[in-house]
Amino acid sequence: MATQARQQREPAQSQAGTATVQDDWTKPRAMAIPKEGYFKLEQGRYGPVYPKSPACYGFTIIARTKPGAEKIIREYGKTIERSLQGSPDLLAPLKLHYLRWVLFDIGKDKYFMYQGIFDTDFDKYTEDAIALFAAAGLNTVFENLEGFPEDWKTNPPAFVKFVREHQCPSFLEYGEYPFVSAGEIKKALKLKAAFSKMLDQMQ
Amino acid sequence: MRKGRVLELDDIQHFLIARPPALAARYEFLSFADAVGARAWLAGILAKVGTAQTVESSRLDSRWVTVAFTWNGLRAIGLDHASLLTFPEEFRQGMAARANILGATGANHPGNWIGGMANPNLHAIVVLFASNVEERERCTREHQEYLLRCTGVEVLSSLDLEALPPHSHAHEHFGYRDRLSQPVIEGTGMEATPGSGPAIKAGEFFLGYPDEEGEPAALPHPAILSRNGSYLAYVRLQEHVGAFRDFLRQNGETQEQQELVAAKLMGRWRSGAPLVLVPNKDDPELGADSRRTNDFAYADKDPYGYACPLGSHIRRMNPRDTATNMNRRKMIRRGGTYGPPLPEGTPEDGKERGIAAFIGCASLVRQFEFAMNVWANDPSFHELGNERDPFVGTQDGTYDMTIPHRPIRKKITGLPAFTTVRGGAYFFLPGIKALRYLALLSDGV
Repeated sequence: MATQARQQREPAQSQAGTATVQDDWTKPRAMAIPKEGYFKLEQGRYGPVYPKSPACYGFTIIARTKPGAEKIIREYGKTIERSLQGSPDLLAPLKLHYLRWVLFDIGKDKYFMYQGIFDTDFDKYTEDAIALFAAAGLNTVFENLEGFPEDWKTNPPAFVKFVREHQCPSFLEYGEYPFVSAGEIKKALKLKAAFSKMLDQMQ
Repeated sequence: MRKGRVLELDDIQHFLIARPPALAARYEFLSFADAVGARAWLAGILAKVGTAQTVESSRLDSRWVTVAFTWNGLRAIGLDHASLLTFPEEFRQGMAARANILGATGANHPGNWIGGMANPNLHAIVVLFASNVEERERCTREHQEYLLRCTGVEVLSSLDLEALPPHSHAHEHFGYRDRLSQPVIEGTGMEATPGSGPAIKAGEFFLGYPDEEGEPAALPHPAILSRNGSYLAYVRLQEHVGAFRDFLRQNGETQEQQELVAAKLMGRWRSGAPLVLVPNKDDPELGADSRRTNDFAYADKDPYGYACPLGSHIRRMNPRDTATNMNRRKMIRRGGTYGPPLPEGTPEDGKERGIAAFIGCASLVRQFEFAMNVWANDPSFHELGNERDPFVGTQDGTYDMTIPHRPIRKKITGLPAFTTVRGGAYFFLPGIKALRYLALLSDGV
């Protein structure tokens, strides 16, 4: 019991709202999150620490696109798809479950939403993403958003600041298999495959 | 070697580049009551501060002096407000204010720190490395006499350090060989030992040079102040030797088993030999061979941690090929041991002993704080779930240590705290021209 509770602790600190809750993966869970995005203000490296929810870590960044950038942004979708086909492990360092990119209108303006669900904390995800895109020589889709720092490749704190300023915290997150990491899911599937293979060998 | 801008070794303090052959050291933590007195003190000691060039070229010196400042210290010495605001937030806040990020909670909390480390009046540190204890004592007396002639400069606290016997190799109180893995800085001419990876861009450690991503942004102003400077994270880490030895005895019936448990916690045998290369039996000759002792990686050779546990100290603090962005996380470690050694077989005597170390880097938040926040203290590191670094992670008896083993892993539950943070601070280590700039400031500038 105690071990399960401990599994939800944040790096180097705990979130009061989550630390005492069980994370039994068999029991679907929902978590209502305060307006600020956290239960108790705790300072992380670049700002408040956001809690791990039943849907793991993640963010939803919404920002206005630069005029006429819609086509370029949509093209990024194809670029990422092609890159992954060539290098399936390209985004592995980000410990992602899912990415959802959405373009939508507010009045006459076009907005971009970057929603990511992942297993590392917010600041580490952002730092790793900067390094990943910079190392791969990839420009980032963020460059087409208003207010994005032009020196992002060499100024990680400015990148993180932009992301934090445009983060819209969830007020509800749900997990059908709460708190389980992508790595654990893949391990379970590998185990299932291994058992199937073993049974084949015993025929 | 990749080409980079030539390092100004005559302007960089020796501290992070050259390691002098010192067996003793003294740290003096200073407080400035007034700016004029502080500048006069700095002007008077400046000539004794060693540069990387002089330390590398001279074999005759028997003492090496280093000077660094907290953000409050830069303010106290008279640096103008606009310049002060150009320093990064984490340095401005200081280590005590960010202790929670580092995991310095519970017994490690700044409220329990000693030596005035959490005191906002901590302004500067003078580090003295000496070839031996006698030379250290002579230099200490000389500095004390000098301070008597300076007004407005007080010693908040001090710490004497001595290398532990035998002096044949550097090691700490638990008995582990030290100084095994240090990054090689591009432009210093140092050759990387096998397995250490390529030389790292100087900008990862010294301000004013390209780093691994190119030309760094947002350096402190004016340029003369930041150029050739570095940030230092200082940590005084008490080592509970009695508790550590008790733990080994509780988890190993024979001497051999105890040594293996000690090795599993660290990832290396106490001789320094890495478990990835010699998982079953110590090889002291390998541990002492700098050409071989770093020549390993994890991804192919030991992906599941059967040799070197995923949660062991060296695998957390330097995950090598199992982490990304590694060249942006490198740091240079300096420092030494303090307190009397506890002879083997002697019960815990309650005396404080440990390591007082500096981590040098160009970005405290990206390098030092990342390492402490994620690598040392994230319980989910490598999907472990409920573990922290056994030596530098915050332990309160509720975390575990998994030792992978076929057919069944061994899980040590309720790992005790082998260390306690007794103090810490963030310092800026300026270049020589920057020290001169600070010494020549005038009020109101």
